Amino acid sequence: MSENNKLAFQEYKSDQRVRWCPGCGDHAILNSIQKVMADMKVPQEEVAVISGIGCSSRLPYYMNTYGFHTIHGRASAVASGVKVANPKLHVWQITGDGDALAIGGNHFIHAIRRNIDINVILFNNQIYGLTKGQYSPTSKRGFISKTSPYGTIEYPFRPGELTIGARGYFFARTIDKDLKVSTKVMKAAAEHKGTSIVEVLQNCVIYNDNTHKEITDKQFKDDRTIVLEHGKPMIFGKERNKGLLLDGIKLRVVTIGEDGVTEKDLLVHDAHCEDPTIHLKLADMEYPDFPVALGVIRDSEAPVYDQCARMQIDEIRERSKIKTFKDLVTSGEVWEVK
Amino acid sequence: MAKKSKVIEKEEVVVRFSGDSGDGMQLTGSLFSFSSAIYGNDISTFPDFPAEIRAPQGTIGGVSGFQVHFGHSEVYTPGDNADVLVAMNPAALKANLEWLKPGATIIIDVDTCDDKNLAKAGYKSNDPIEEDNLSSYNIIKAPITTLTKESLKDMGLDNKTILRSKNMYALGLVFWLFNRPLENTEEVLRQKFSKNEKIAEANIRVLEAGYNYGLIIQAGTPSYHISPADIRKGTYRNLNGNRAIAWGFLLAAEKSGLELFLGSYPITPATEILQELSSRKDLGVKVFQAEDEIAGISTAIGASFAGDLAITTTSGPGLALKSEALGLAVMAELPLVVVNVQRGGPSTGLPTKTEQSDLMQALYGRNGESPLVVMAASSPVNCFDYAFYAAKVAIEHMTPVILLSDGFLANGTQPWRIPEEGEFPAIVPPYVEKPASEWKLYERDPEKLNRFWALPGTPEYQHRIGGLEKDFLTGAVSYDHHNHDKMVRVREEKIERIADFIPQLEVHGDEDADLLIVGWGGTFGHLYTALEGLQDEGEKVALAHFSYINPLPKNSYEVLRKYSKIVVCELNLGQFASHLRSKFPDVEFLQYNKVEGLPFTVAELKNHFQKLLEA
Ligand SMILES: Cc1ncc(C[n+]2csc(CCOP(=O)(O)OP(=O)(O)O)c2C)c(N)n1
Ligand code: SF4
Ligand SMILES: [Mg+2]
Repeated sequence: MSENNKLAFQEYKSDQRVRWCPGCGDHAILNSIQKVMADMKVPQEEVAVISGIGCSSRLPYYMNTYGFHTIHGRASAVASGVKVANPKLHVWQITGDGDALAIGGNHFIHAIRRNIDINVILFNNQIYGLTKGQYSPTSKRGFISKTSPYGTIEYPFRPGELTIGARGYFFARTIDKDLKVSTKVMKAAAEHKGTSIVEVLQNCVIYNDNTHKEITDKQFKDDRTIVLEHGKPMIFGKERNKGLLLDGIKLRVVTIGEDGVTEKDLLVHDAHCEDPTIHLKLADMEYPDFPVALGVIRDSEAPVYDQCARMQIDEIRERSKIKTFKDLVTSGEVWEVK
Repeated sequence: MAKKSKVIEKEEVVVRFSGDSGDGMQLTGSLFSFSSAIYGNDISTFPDFPAEIRAPQGTIGGVSGFQVHFGHSEVYTPGDNADVLVAMNPAALKANLEWLKPGATIIIDVDTCDDKNLAKAGYKSNDPIEEDNLSSYNIIKAPITTLTKESLKDMGLDNKTILRSKNMYALGLVFWLFNRPLENTEEVLRQKFSKNEKIAEANIRVLEAGYNYGLIIQAGTPSYHISPADIRKGTYRNLNGNRAIAWGFLLAAEKSGLELFLGSYPITPATEILQELSSRKDLGVKVFQAEDEIAGISTAIGASFAGDLAITTTSGPGLALKSEALGLAVMAELPLVVVNVQRGGPSTGLPTKTEQSDLMQALYGRNGESPLVVMAASSPVNCFDYAFYAAKVAIEHMTPVILLSDGFLANGTQPWRIPEEGEFPAIVPPYVEKPASEWKLYERDPEKLNRFWALPGTPEYQHRIGGLEKDFLTGAVSYDHHNHDKMVRVREEKIERIADFIPQLEVHGDEDADLLIVGWGGTFGHLYTALEGLQDEGEKVALAHFSYINPLPKNSYEVLRKYSKIVVCELNLGQFASHLRSKFPDVEFLQYNKVEGLPFTVAELKNHFQKLLEA
């Protein structure tokens, strides 16, 4: 980070002491968000960070921007109201897997469906952190927690699948401590017009330590994840010799140079494509059958709710004869009493 | 105009138009009330829709009604019972018998009284008049269907269209009954059907035919004359409570310089406010039809944070869903108006009926010590005023306000005098004025105790708010136990101090009355009419009607303690009475309660008060 940028970066920090547990993945995510804002030079006063309730949702207090720590599950709705009221604001929503996908599931999918221009950072630690360790809607089937001592008997939501199912146009994934991918996808999310969902695989050191370890650990991360980049062939692996191709209607992992496979056979990532079919397949890839997709998986364009709302108002204002309250009340069936 | 055999001069009259859902009774009633209003009568109307959207034709369940009360002096209710009933079929007759005055005039379309329709309405014989023992009523048996067909026979219209104008025949007949000119109504019909002149012509022709039928049969039938009322000068229009609420907020937005944001989810009987504001994009209204009531209020809270005049509208079940978010607005100290158009409860209850049973929910239905302002409109048209003042209080005192209306106010109409320029005060949002470096997030106005508003987008005033307890001054999260106690008390006191800014409680009637009637919200018209009635009979009674429920007007105790006998009347089991008892433990309150999903009737009120006066 250059000296200048470091300075700018500091300006996004509030005077509040950060209270997450030492070693919690949230610290790194906060850094990434502040770095992206500094890089993009967004004026602090134009940023509104809206959160629900959870460890993750404490984040707005640590930002020197406008912020609102609301109630459990409702951040998407509050953020929608902020953005519709003042579309000039850059609205970020900070939320957890419980906050967004359990209690707030309804608001989450409807914000996506409407395509309101908010940037949602979904801290997925597959656990309820703040309430000290109960399973969440993203916990793996069979997961043992304080409320599932014998293992859960329910399948988890896959945030990417849910986003696409709700007609989402932007979905990205990153790992808390991977500053490079995190800043890259958050920047893309900020630039995207419409609802952007960024799933961050976050480690809760206290209640769900190492839940993402088999993917995120340095020693096998390169082999078990693939960082997607628009326009680039889907190559991954420590040796950069593995790739993905489409076999019939299924994705398949191949090794370049084996069975006559060349780089040319690999899928080239098209994040901007409107058809979400391949995006869905990529978002759903799970270890060990596949590498877990990181980076911007889907970034396509569609009409944006808050812009359309403005445009509709402007258009009707232009063509209606009613311009003021007085015009309204004196139009139609009125009579004089003398 | 031809001379009537007998013209009866009356102070006031109640007309009830009633027919099948498809008979156009709402339009007929509206046209009649509009014409009466133009004529100079004071009016009050109430529609009575069937509960089912498409109830079977010709059955009692499918009867749709519209009641108009108009008079030479002011009228405050749509009237208990009708002087004139227009029954478009036997079911309409049967459904309304309970609501007729003795000796009332009944106009019935005899063409519809065939065996099938009579059976559907539950008649056993082929003579409903005989069967229901209606000989003491003044019955006009008019072959409305036949004569409507007859008058349109050369217009080349299809049968369905012809039958649809039957209601105009009945309307013409009623106009004749009240010696009313047809011109205004003809003009309205021409405008209404301006895209289809032939339909306009047909309606007008049938209207005139109905009127002429009256002239022909006039022999034995008396007609009525109700001279114009002495009404305040001005420009008027008819308005129902829901629309009045929507419009009150529009004025508040204009007067405060804020943009209006509504987050809402449809629910009877509040939906019309959402619909009305949805069509007001020309005035810049941002309407967000949310996925549920929680999102309705949450988006509104977000919009308020961002600097809009934010409101959310609902009915009882929706208010229940909004409770947690209301607490957030209390804690964040943001302006917000929640409109609750009450209906019969609990649960889904009686969605289309009226009740006042959400008072406790509004006052106390949240976790923690969570004070907010509760107000209640008391007539369809003053819904406008209370929406305006709810917004004013919310903004100027930085607090959520719950405005209570009810199904009766929502759908009832009255003539509304369009306010003159300057009749309503300015609304001044308490924006932060200090430089950012000197400003503390939760410092308060010394008089009103509100915090100040800094809008996102303003450089240097960046701040964070939320639902966690705040430090008394800095607004930073604080778990300090002394601080919490202090904050709980200051939030309470902020609301109490609003009593310094609202009108005093007014008493109608005798200073030294033997009985003080107490009411709140939508029952005012009935209570006031009962009061007038008793006064005419020489009784010493008074009425104190509350529109500010929390805080109560400052002089409430002064007023109440003067009376030795007080009866609190409400459409629930005594929620306001309990509230008053908790505030004024040394005052004794009697109760009069009804929970039928219907408004009080003036007769039952008078009856009860009479008994209390005798006791
Ligand atoms: C209405 C309501 N119900 C329950 C809670 C308790 N609660 C607070 S946070 C939370 C779950 C948080 O999990 P998540 O959203 O994943 O956030 P994390 O703490 O893991 O970051 C729960 C159940 C609450 N605050 N409000
Ligand atoms: S409990 Fe877990 S998620 Fe919460 S702060 Fe601690 S480590 Fe982070
Ligand atoms: Mg979590």
